[in-house]
Amino acid sequence: MINKKVNNVSEALSDIKSGMTIMLGGFGLCGIPENSIAELVTKGVSDLTCISNNAGVDDFGLGLLLQKKQIKKMISSYVGENAEFERQMLSGELEVELTPQGTLAEKCRAAQAGIPAFYTPAGYGTEVAEGKEAREFNGKMHIMEEAYKADFAIVKAWKGDEAGNLIFKGTARNFNSCMAGAAAITVAEVEELVPAGTLDPNQVHIPGIFVKRIFQGEKYEKRIEQRTVRKR
Amino acid sequence: MALGKEDIAKRIAKEVKDGYFVNLGIGIPTLVANYVREDISVEFQSENGVLGMGPFPFEGEEDADVINAGKQTITTMAGASFFDSALSFGMIRGQHVDLTILGAMEVAENGDIANWKIPGKMVKGMGGAMDLVASAENIIVAMMHVNKAGESKLLKRCTLPLTGVGCVKKVVTELAVLEIVPEGFKLLERAPGVTVEDIIKATEGNLIIEGEIPEMVID
Repeated sequence: MINKKVNNVSEALSDIKSGMTIMLGGFGLCGIPENSIAELVTKGVSDLTCISNNAGVDDFGLGLLLQKKQIKKMISSYVGENAEFERQMLSGELEVELTPQGTLAEKCRAAQAGIPAFYTPAGYGTEVAEGKEAREFNGKMHIMEEAYKADFAIVKAWKGDEAGNLIFKGTARNFNSCMAGAAAITVAEVEELVPAGTLDPNQVHIPGIFVKRIFQGEKYEKRIEQRTVRKR
Repeated sequence: MALGKEDIAKRIAKEVKDGYFVNLGIGIPTLVANYVREDISVEFQSENGVLGMGPFPFEGEEDADVINAGKQTITTMAGASFFDSALSFGMIRGQHVDLTILGAMEVAENGDIANWKIPGKMVKGMGGAMDLVASAENIIVAMMHVNKAGESKLLKRCTLPLTGVGCVKKVVTELAVLEIVPEGFKLLERAPGVTVEDIIKATEGNLIIEGEIPEMVID
């Protein structure tokens, strides 16, 4: 067993520097690496390029880094629930690259899988296609999209073991499993870190080979963005 | 009488057929799930990674790890599954999803759709909409026929940045059900009490009217 365990978040992110490109898992606030985001705020690294489907809300998730102006550029598909994000974007303080969600996921997966580029029909004939190669396959137009290149991928899983194997829960899997192994260094934070041999190999979603460092997060708030319920 | 949002959802629910996998967008489309016939088998897909979505949870049973693409807490039905975003869009791009229902700011007579950006004013992002409209075979748009200023949203050409080109098949509004054909918007049904004249007035794009136009059946 190759041990990927580090003691805490500051050890896991000790070599993150200003100006780096970082992938962060999560969809809205679901499955975001809360402890790592808090550490990035504490470290005060700036000029970051963040690849993340959303940008959190004003006071949680990546919204915390936006508040402190630590992000230079965001690469996301949907930013609707964050007023500070919209303000920084419209004023030009923040550079934003909006990418169709499936393309964003596939650009991560391609990086993870060593595929430099791929063709997708998403965005053909729109602003997204500007400056990109367009090509017809089977009578339908597609555009070429390239894999991301990132310095760090920070993902969050439900359970993990010392070998870096990950298991996700519910819809918190989202971009986390596409981003694991898609950057030079992948850090995984988990709600529960167990010794190797504890997880059933049949149940592992992401094999430890994609994870460089793993640690157990100190606490998880797991905030709900839209609490919707029905009457009994 | 123009339809309310619930009635638009009820009418669209009639388009959902037995055995369909359906992706619902945010807004009116989400309501469609409430009105699908109970005697047919349908599974709802949400692009954030769940197939077999169920109703909202009972109070106290919300799980922060189980949400839909609108970030609302949800439940799952028997036979449900979770997966990652790349696989989710594989289902969509690979045309395994039978029907996509989404909202729009504008639709053009050639099937173009715009729903993600108003330059200089509002930019929410396209989310999964561009992937969905580029790949889905069967796309129904749920929208209001006119904007708050009374201007038509069913146009000759979209004025806002596009989400997809030539992809919309059907539009259901508070006034009418329309099918996109090569010549433009073909009027299929009108809302109860709404006249063909009302629909002509509210439609900027080419409107095709053939014969008697029946009233929509909502319930």
